[in-house]
Amino acid sequence: MLEKIQGLGQLSISILGGLGRAVLILLSAIAHLPNFRKGFPLFVGQLYAIGVLSLIIIMVSGTFIGMVLALQGYTVLVDYGAEGSLGPMVALSLLRELGPVVTALLFAGRAGSALTAEIGLMKATEQLSSLEMMAVDPLRRVIAPRFWAGFFSMPLLAAIFSILGIFGAHLVGVEWLGVDRGTFWSVMQADVDLRDIINGTIKSLAFAFVVTWIAVYKGYNCIPTSEGISRATTSSVVQASLMVLGLDFILTAIMFT
Amino acid sequence: MTTNLVEINNLTFNREERCIYNNISLSIPKGKVTAIMGPSGIGKTTLLRLMGGQLKPSKGEILFAGHDIPKLSRTALYEIRKRMSMLFQSGALFTDMSVYENVAFPIREHSKLPESIIEKMVMMKLEVVGLRGAMHLKPSELSGGMARRAALARAIALDPELIMYDEPFAGQDPISMGVIVRLIRDLNDALGLTSVVVSHDVPEVMSIADYIYIIADEKIIGQGTPEQIYAQESPLVQQFIKGEHDGPVAFHYPATDYKSELMGEGS
Repeated sequence: MLEKIQGLGQLSISILGGLGRAVLILLSAIAHLPNFRKGFPLFVGQLYAIGVLSLIIIMVSGTFIGMVLALQGYTVLVDYGAEGSLGPMVALSLLRELGPVVTALLFAGRAGSALTAEIGLMKATEQLSSLEMMAVDPLRRVIAPRFWAGFFSMPLLAAIFSILGIFGAHLVGVEWLGVDRGTFWSVMQADVDLRDIINGTIKSLAFAFVVTWIAVYKGYNCIPTSEGISRATTSSVVQASLMVLGLDFILTAIMFT
Repeated sequence: MTTNLVEINNLTFNREERCIYNNISLSIPKGKVTAIMGPSGIGKTTLLRLMGGQLKPSKGEILFAGHDIPKLSRTALYEIRKRMSMLFQSGALFTDMSVYENVAFPIREHSKLPESIIEKMVMMKLEVVGLRGAMHLKPSELSGGMARRAALARAIALDPELIMYDEPFAGQDPISMGVIVRLIRDLNDALGLTSVVVSHDVPEVMSIADYIYIIADEKIIGQGTPEQIYAQESPLVQQFIKGEHDGPVAFHYPATDYKSELMGEGS
């Protein structure tokens, strides 16, 4: 019994310690906004590595998810003669939910895992230690540009995802299944308001914050061995995905009820 | 008169439950090559990390040019680190940069010199280690010895006062080892550096060190010039420098009685 209590205590201390380290890393990253002379090129480099290189998977996924949504939506709506509502159905699903959530999940798998593995490997090969010994703060040089690049690129990726999703839905709904083009766009325009776009963007920013934070923390705090990096990468994707889903429920409850 | 650049006084360091150093004191004289030797796993690299302020001791002081490293603020520590440098066992070159960019990195970080001056400084450092021709190569294209030399060029880029070498000879072929041995001594004398070499390669260390500390069992078990070390009677020191497989440091990891365990009477 005493051992169980002791184990529980150790687990609590370890969780709290991890949380404390994660908050410290976050505060350091936030405090170190990239400065223009040295930080900006690093930030742009990371925007390319994290954002631009994630474009393909985001664009393909967005288009296909929009196409599938249109196909599934049409088969249900046509039974009630409501296929004219296909446009707003697809647009609202994408802007409010699927755009931010699926982008965040894909981002955690594509860019978050790469961030964790890269930082973990830098730790294992003593590159982070060598930065410290060269009087260069690794939190400023390595963590901050990656954190900010992730934070800014994910909402843009989510916007691209939603736009291409609507385009995919148009391809299937209008060009293939014959929904009236004017109805598709005008009903969408009437039913989607600015609030939907703002709420989707807020969700996306929140997911970007959490996914990138978890990714850089897991890499920076990993055990510097091949097994440690592997565990950190897996746990980065799993924890980020679960956090996105949990946070999505909370934000949806706040925004749309 | 020789003054000490680094002084370690009554240092105790514990890692979780395990004691690594128990009240040790040593000094690193200015302008000399001081070696720290000892069997693997006794915390030689830990000592370098303590000197660089990457770890904090449980007790004791580590003075660098009169500054107590563990008590420095983060800003002051980073200022002091500009005066010291470390060659890591793995080289720790930045894999996304060329050799040239690696050597230029600390200069760019800590100065606002124009690119033309930085280029000349990098060329000079690379010439010293014989890698001027390899400046455009990426670390993945270098052999182990070349990577160590490139890392050495980066370590001396800002002309530090103290350079710490973590196992510089580990995993090197005889030619690379000879090159690195010569470089450590030559750089120390030519640039007026103070060098600390952590290693367990006895002949190489004996050939370049001015003073040697041998560490084992949480404390310093022997110290002196190479000649004095060879002459020491301590069985532990003799076992270490002669590389004998058994002695005070036992060949066998502590275990239950072999015969009993074979007969199934052990654990």
